[in-house]
Amino acid sequence: MLRELDRRTIDTAIAALIEPGATVFDIGCGDGSLLALLAATKGARTLGLDIKSEAILQCLAKGIPAIHGDLDQALASCRDGMYDYVVLSQTLQVLKAPHTVLKEIVRIGKKAIVSFPNFGHSSVRWSFLWRGRMPKSKVLPFEWYDSPNIHHLTLRDFEYFCAVHGIEIIVRGFFGRRLAYRSRMAFPNLFAKEGLFVIRKK
Amino acid sequence: MDSSARFVGIVEKKLFTFADPPDSLELESGEKLGPVTVAYETYGELSAERDNAVLIVHALSGDSHVAGVYAPDDRKPGWWDLMIGPGKPIDTRKYFVVCSNILGGCQGTTGPSSINPASGEPYALDFPVVTISDMVAVQKKLIEHLGIKRLLSVVGGSMGGMQALEWILRYPEVPRSAVVIASCAALTAQAIAFDAVGRSAITADPSFENGRYYSGGGRIAGLAVARMLGHITYLSPAGMRERFGRKRRASGDYAYEFKDEFEIESYLAHQGLRFLDRFDANSYLYITKAMDYFDAAGKYGEGSLEKALALIRARTLFVSFSSDWLFPPAQSRELAAALQRLGRDVTYLNIESSYGHDTFLLPCPELARAIGDFLATVKGGGGPC
Repeated sequence: MLRELDRRTIDTAIAALIEPGATVFDIGCGDGSLLALLAATKGARTLGLDIKSEAILQCLAKGIPAIHGDLDQALASCRDGMYDYVVLSQTLQVLKAPHTVLKEIVRIGKKAIVSFPNFGHSSVRWSFLWRGRMPKSKVLPFEWYDSPNIHHLTLRDFEYFCAVHGIEIIVRGFFGRRLAYRSRMAFPNLFAKEGLFVIRKK
Repeated sequence: MDSSARFVGIVEKKLFTFADPPDSLELESGEKLGPVTVAYETYGELSAERDNAVLIVHALSGDSHVAGVYAPDDRKPGWWDLMIGPGKPIDTRKYFVVCSNILGGCQGTTGPSSINPASGEPYALDFPVVTISDMVAVQKKLIEHLGIKRLLSVVGGSMGGMQALEWILRYPEVPRSAVVIASCAALTAQAIAFDAVGRSAITADPSFENGRYYSGGGRIAGLAVARMLGHITYLSPAGMRERFGRKRRASGDYAYEFKDEFEIESYLAHQGLRFLDRFDANSYLYITKAMDYFDAAGKYGEGSLEKALALIRARTLFVSFSSDWLFPPAQSRELAAALQRLGRDVTYLNIESSYGHDTFLLPCPELARAIGDFLATVKGGGGPC
């Protein structure tokens, strides 16, 4: 979905949050590049999950173990707290039932890391307000009809969801101009293109 | 590379005999068997470190002849030739490939059609009932004979997948990895039912004579019926519709008689008859029974699959096919999920295919990629997650 460089930027930011030797379960792992990075640089013990067979084949080629399957099924069979981290990167907005998945990942992970494009970003608001068109940008590059993103949310929506559902936000990170990672930002819901959160069950 | 360059070429079936009296092989049932002869083939070279051996374990009707030909004018290569050879997924330039005929089989390894040294006659039904575990114990003897302490991988589909699973449960320290294709931890009631009907077709045949049919040429029509039934279970409804539909051999009106008229009928009849030329009815009984008995959770986990799979140290790859209803994808997924809960190194891939259970023997680019890439990344004993 994202360009290679952009995704690498986000992967690098996620990797910086993870302790060496951690167990990491990446949901919607794609070609396994985040897990390969974590295995190589952090000695993480990793597992991927993806619904596309091509993703599993690409993980195989990298020597990254991965499970092919439906998210609901795959998460339901996991034990509570069995992973140090569950990663849900650039996946939340394409899920059919993001609320269920968010509750599941804080159950099976001691912590979870979530990143998603911020629909509250100024360019989005501008496009919507002045052009009256569904927004398109670097992190949201699709037309309204072919977008895999079926559940748009803003950073504030995410904060609100967590507060209501007993989920604690431990770390907030933002990707602003040129997708540079920042741990602080003024008015992030307006100026962050992407949000990155480390969460856990309260 | 042209196809001849990717071909293992002329291969040879070899024999290895062990458990000569007074020694014997103790079977899972407690019975003793000996001597035991194993028919096997090898391709490629065993490395100086002896760390590149890949054991192929075959399915119900397979044999040790997995690749290559026996003579230049042989029309048919081994049963998995498309997967094994120089530059193929199981690359004989890199790996030392071993495949043996299973215990109880009829292609050179000791089975019910072998001569019972006690009587000088074929064993027939005096042959002890063997299990998947017994087959694997015999393969272990063979690889020891070949000077191999650790296998890079054990690879098998269907009943071969059961053997691969048994390998990593019974000898967890030996294979570094296993590839379990279209298989399961235990057959479903439906699959056992099909086996039972197949066996009944054989035993109900008047020429079966309680298994002592060898003097009469050994062609048991009931075996052809069992094979026809088997072939139905190996295909999928969609695959059958695509390939045969209601096509008939002749156009025009129905013949209003009982000859094979639909193409699916003549296909099954042909498969059944061909099977009589190369397979022994008693072996069919023994091998299907071994499949029915296989129960990884029952044997190794007191009924708990997770407890059983906790024994596994190998890296694992499970592959299923979307249209396989004999060994449904859910069974592979269940194995993978249990290993995931245990934090083991497991990969699961469900390949979209309309060819049913048989897909693993057909050209399948995704399967080829999965096996080739998985083997290439097997290094150590597996880092669990």
